[in-house]
Amino acid sequence: MNKIGLIIRREYLSRVRNRTFVLTTILMPLLIVLFIAGTIFLSIKGKEKLKIAVVDDNHFFERNLKNSNDISFEFPAGVDTANYLQKGYSAILLIPKFEGTQKTNYVIRSKKSIGLGSKETIEGKINAAIEDNMLQQSGISRSQLDSIHTRSQFAELKSLQEHGNKTEESNQALAYGIGYSCGILIYIIMLIYGMMVLRGVMEEKTSRIAEVMVSSVKPFELMMGKIVGIGAVGLTQFLMWVVLIIVLTSAVQAFIPHDTLVQVQALQQHNGNMPGGGMVQASEQAQQIYNIQHTLGTANWPLILGCFAFYFLGGYLFYAALFAAVGSVVEDVQNSQSLTLPVTMPIIFAFLIMSVVVYTPDTPLAIWASLIPFSSPIVMLARIAYGVPGTVPYWQLILSMLLLVGGFLFTTWMAGKIYRTGILLYGKKISWKEMWKWAFRRS
Amino acid sequence: MNMLEVKGLKKYFATQKAVDDISFSLDKGSIFGLLGPNGAGKTTLIRMITGIFYPDEGEILFDGKKFDPANDTVHIGYMPEERGLYKKMKIGEQAVYLAQLKGLSKQEAMEKVKKWFVKFEMQSWWNKKMEDLSKGMGQKLQFVITVLHQPKLIILDEPFSGLDPVNSNLIKNEIFDLAKNGATVIFSTHRMEQVEEICDHIILVNLGKKILDGGVTQIKKDFKENKFSIQLSSLPAQVSGSSFDLIEQQGNKLVVRIRDGYSGNDVLQHFIQQQAGIEAFHEILPSLNEIFIREVEGTRARTRAFQPIT
Repeated sequence: MNKIGLIIRREYLSRVRNRTFVLTTILMPLLIVLFIAGTIFLSIKGKEKLKIAVVDDNHFFERNLKNSNDISFEFPAGVDTANYLQKGYSAILLIPKFEGTQKTNYVIRSKKSIGLGSKETIEGKINAAIEDNMLQQSGISRSQLDSIHTRSQFAELKSLQEHGNKTEESNQALAYGIGYSCGILIYIIMLIYGMMVLRGVMEEKTSRIAEVMVSSVKPFELMMGKIVGIGAVGLTQFLMWVVLIIVLTSAVQAFIPHDTLVQVQALQQHNGNMPGGGMVQASEQAQQIYNIQHTLGTANWPLILGCFAFYFLGGYLFYAALFAAVGSVVEDVQNSQSLTLPVTMPIIFAFLIMSVVVYTPDTPLAIWASLIPFSSPIVMLARIAYGVPGTVPYWQLILSMLLLVGGFLFTTWMAGKIYRTGILLYGKKISWKEMWKWAFRRS
Repeated sequence: MNMLEVKGLKKYFATQKAVDDISFSLDKGSIFGLLGPNGAGKTTLIRMITGIFYPDEGEILFDGKKFDPANDTVHIGYMPEERGLYKKMKIGEQAVYLAQLKGLSKQEAMEKVKKWFVKFEMQSWWNKKMEDLSKGMGQKLQFVITVLHQPKLIILDEPFSGLDPVNSNLIKNEIFDLAKNGATVIFSTHRMEQVEEICDHIILVNLGKKILDGGVTQIKKDFKENKFSIQLSSLPAQVSGSSFDLIEQQGNKLVVRIRDGYSGNDVLQHFIQQQAGIEAFHEILPSLNEIFIREVEGTRARTRAFQPIT
């Protein structure tokens, strides 16, 4: 077996056979799910509960002011600003008499400060109550208004894009979702595995085996062996997650009752409408499942997955080389902080750009960011979800890919030069300026 | 028959001339001492021989042909002064991995590693990690890894550091065995007494230049001061004589320097004539330690200052 192959094999096996590898692979998705669930849970539980006493000089709010889950309005007699706290109210709302539609201020007094969210809820409720009152005075009831509102929602916008001779349905929300998820996934992967490459490269220095290794293999071979080996670990972990997700979704499907599945099939066959006219209504569950499947189906999956794979690899190789260069000149993790910063900053920046671009995928910022190899792995995916060649013309995609390939070839070459000098140096604190010199001086 | 030939080697760094025109050649099957003070350029020289650094000038001939790092490194075993192996890798596996990187097939590597482990009584440690080993064990392991692939040229930089007398002896005997079986050994150390014990030939470098190159016995002879030691059974009336200078006297033991024009026989005559019984009479050759100090102190600075390239 040739030398790089041996090194790749060793790097891969030593990480994959570790118990922590298996644990993290299984626990990570769990942790992410728990994290999301936790934030949702907290945002619900975290709302403050207010009991507000209202003193209303207009005398119509009692009928119209609606309570919410957390904020309740009461209209007691004999409560004023002096005694509301003793009587058990968190706040008192004083509404003066309105003069026509002249601008009026109403006041809420409380002991504890009221959060922004609650303030907005109260304002909303007051405005709704005023609106209701005015409606009633012109003879329209709230329930009439609501009914009109619901019934008018029969028109739905379907957006089609020109694709040569045919038009295809495009779904902005889906594009946003896919783009954002791909972007964030690549971002996380590049950071995690980049740091792994950094630590992996430092291993030879800290265990002092660098000189022995370099007397058997070329430094470049050692560096590439580590980069590819660690990349393979990342790939394995990623594939395991994909398998996990597939297994989970199939498991979830097993819980869906058979009738619903039949209905979903019917909907699919008849393009969203139940056969036999409006008589047979599909169950809401079936409709939902159909909708999800239908919207997912509009995306160009082969293209998206293919590009994801390409940018995943390209982005990894591009940044892994830079991390390897840093790792070869430091001996402990503390010193590495200042050197790693110029490498992690572009990644974080690219993520921020992506979160903007995913809303507006066709601006100059979006175009530039998806071409430059520093940010293209994260940003381009966000744009591709909107459609090729619609949002992303072919030439942009090809140019971006070529630039990325050129990019990682360049960073690998540069890292190779830095690595071969740095790996044998001990004790000196190296700066990026010196590393730059090693890369570009003599051969 | 030369294993290694080095001609006019130069390696300059931004701050100093690490190796400044060094040439020498090594015969197959002999043990060479590469000596020099700290900062002399030994490590840089070794790194050029092992292909880690490329010389700025000069050439290296390995086994008669131009040195080709890519292919020749499989015939070289190098044990650097900065000792180290992967801490968390099991040592049996690690030895096999490193042997494979030197060109052995997995099977060959396994066999050889097992053989050496048994020889050094390390077989029970196969599955231990490097970090579990004692220092002495670690050194032995590193030695095994260096010689496992039967290299033609073995370079050992301070191989005995940290070893107890028993393990030192073990390694020393191995070195003799390897040389006997045709390997050429370069041995770099500051322990001159070891050099005298082990090496056939020494090269002394300082400030990037070679200042001595020859067989151990020959060099000692070159530096001899005509000092002799005489052990008498009893002191005669006249201890000093015309043929020699008396340097030291401890009881019945004398150290004398024979004057020019006279020989050892003249000295013996002087004592025999006085009926003094002679128990022992031998030449005192200078130790390599003394030669080293004299040569190095003689050539300007002992430790190198930074010199800009002119």
